[in-house]
Amino acid sequence: MTTISVTSVSKSYGAFRALDDVSIEFRDGEFFGLLGPSGSGKTTLLRAIAGFVTPDRGRIAFDGEEVDRTPVHKRRIGMVFQSYALFPHLSVARNLAFGLEVRGDPKAETERRIEEYLALVRLAGLGGRKPRELSGGQQQRVALARALITGPRVLLLDEPLGALDRKLRQEMQVELRDIQRRTGITTIFVTHDQEEALTLSDRIAIINEGRIVQVGSPQEVYERPVSVFAAQFLGDANLFSGKATTGGLVLADGTMIRVSGQSAGLAVVRPEKVRIGRSAGAELNTLKGVVMQSVYSGASVIYRVAVPVLGETPFLAFVQNSSGELHAPGSEVTLAWDAAHTMAVAP
Amino acid sequence: MRFLGLTYLGAILAFLYLPIAIMMLMAFNQSPLYELPFTFDLVWFKALAGNERLLTAGWNSVWIALVSSAIATSIGTVAALGLARNEFTGKRFLQLMLFPPITIPWLIIGTAMLIFFFWTGVGRGLHAILLGHVALSLPYVIVVVGARLATHGPELEEAAASLGARPAQAFFRVTVPLLAPGIVAAGMFAFAVSFDQFIISYFLAAPGTSTLPVEIFTAIRKGFTPEINAISSIVIIISMSLVLVVSRFYRFGGER
Repeated sequence: MTTISVTSVSKSYGAFRALDDVSIEFRDGEFFGLLGPSGSGKTTLLRAIAGFVTPDRGRIAFDGEEVDRTPVHKRRIGMVFQSYALFPHLSVARNLAFGLEVRGDPKAETERRIEEYLALVRLAGLGGRKPRELSGGQQQRVALARALITGPRVLLLDEPLGALDRKLRQEMQVELRDIQRRTGITTIFVTHDQEEALTLSDRIAIINEGRIVQVGSPQEVYERPVSVFAAQFLGDANLFSGKATTGGLVLADGTMIRVSGQSAGLAVVRPEKVRIGRSAGAELNTLKGVVMQSVYSGASVIYRVAVPVLGETPFLAFVQNSSGELHAPGSEVTLAWDAAHTMAVAP
Repeated sequence: MRFLGLTYLGAILAFLYLPIAIMMLMAFNQSPLYELPFTFDLVWFKALAGNERLLTAGWNSVWIALVSSAIATSIGTVAALGLARNEFTGKRFLQLMLFPPITIPWLIIGTAMLIFFFWTGVGRGLHAILLGHVALSLPYVIVVVGARLATHGPELEEAAASLGARPAQAFFRVTVPLLAPGIVAAGMFAFAVSFDQFIISYFLAAPGTSTLPVEIFTAIRKGFTPEINAISSIVIIISMSLVLVVSRFYRFGGER
């Protein structure tokens, strides 16, 4: 349906650079997650695409057609707001009707579509209720149906699940993804929840300080982070810093860490890639340390291990509880992981 | 506990309404001197019907209150929207400057208006009273409508725009219905400010024209007659039924 391209967009509020030369393309029909900490510019980018924010520089185009001078109401977008922004004085059905009425659709057609979209979000029969008479999850679905009913070119979601509790949130994630697949609409959603971004998205962009840090599929971005920020923002990561050498880096005490890719002195490994108490092999990196804390949760155990050469920060290891034995705090252990899982990163 | 609560409530209501109730009662008493026993009679209402001055003044009060509250509510609503939805230098100062007119004694504002109107050639008369009442009720309107506006952010208007509504459509389909309770409350406030106003009306009235409060004051100075009770009773009944009617449609202080 629609490809959206953002080219060299910048936006400042006073001295604060909310967006700093951002270029990114959202492909037709994909579910795209914009992920970043608060204040990173992800919401500003979404609002610029919607037309609520006018960039200082750069261009935004829908299917090659520039929309920079197109006001919000002519962009044919659908947006779900964090607070849902349902019209409190209108019933659910009238909320859905709003977008069709303002463009003057025939009445019979409008009523038919309302029924169709109420059914789509599994709210058939609730059209007569006022928004305040609905639960949070139901309000969320009304907001979604209202955004989709006009047949927009793109669906924009601003932290759509932020206000729901955990269980409802997981249900809605599945439903949201399902509805998006059925309608095939290009969808961009903003979130600060990494798990949500990984679960839902076809692709994600990590944004920090107004810049795009990395774009890729959830797996690419998680398994191959390009920078320390990307590695640490999306999941947990153990960081090594040392002197670059052929095939890896050398820590302060002379320990060699083999790295996949060309290291400039920084590398990371994900905690779940690390094993404890295995003897070293050729392909393995190893470090010795003392267990500081173990968090036992049945199927798995989280270890925090003190490794003197890495400084204050404890080394994290998420270990499957396959042996049934626990390394008690104070015990000396060997940490081991594949060189292939040790990724070179930029600062 | 329940008994105590009811007594307390009863005492407050008595405190508020006893003087008014006695006055209304005396409007129906035959004696001009509040003598008992109470003899029901409509003599004072009949006398009122023949009192041209009091009736003219009453009519003046009503139309001035209606027109000034309509003007103040329209201007004030637009001003409140402007203040709530825009950022500009001096906004804080402007908002702060809305409050002093509410607290400055009316006597002083009245004097200032009199001098200013005299000096600028506006002069005295019903037009001056109307102008004064609009100025007086504006801050109330801006504060009341502004408080209502603060209950929802710009998100609802943004949602309307995202659904394809032109700014005018968003305004009339979303902003106005949501503001309606605030606008009605502000209008009633403005009406009351004007209708109750004595001091400023007194200062700005030209000889021979006046509003009801001014006329009542003049009449009392000349010698009190229960006609005053009669017209006051009518005013009280009208204003109380107005409040009741409006409160049936809108719950004050929040979402319906």
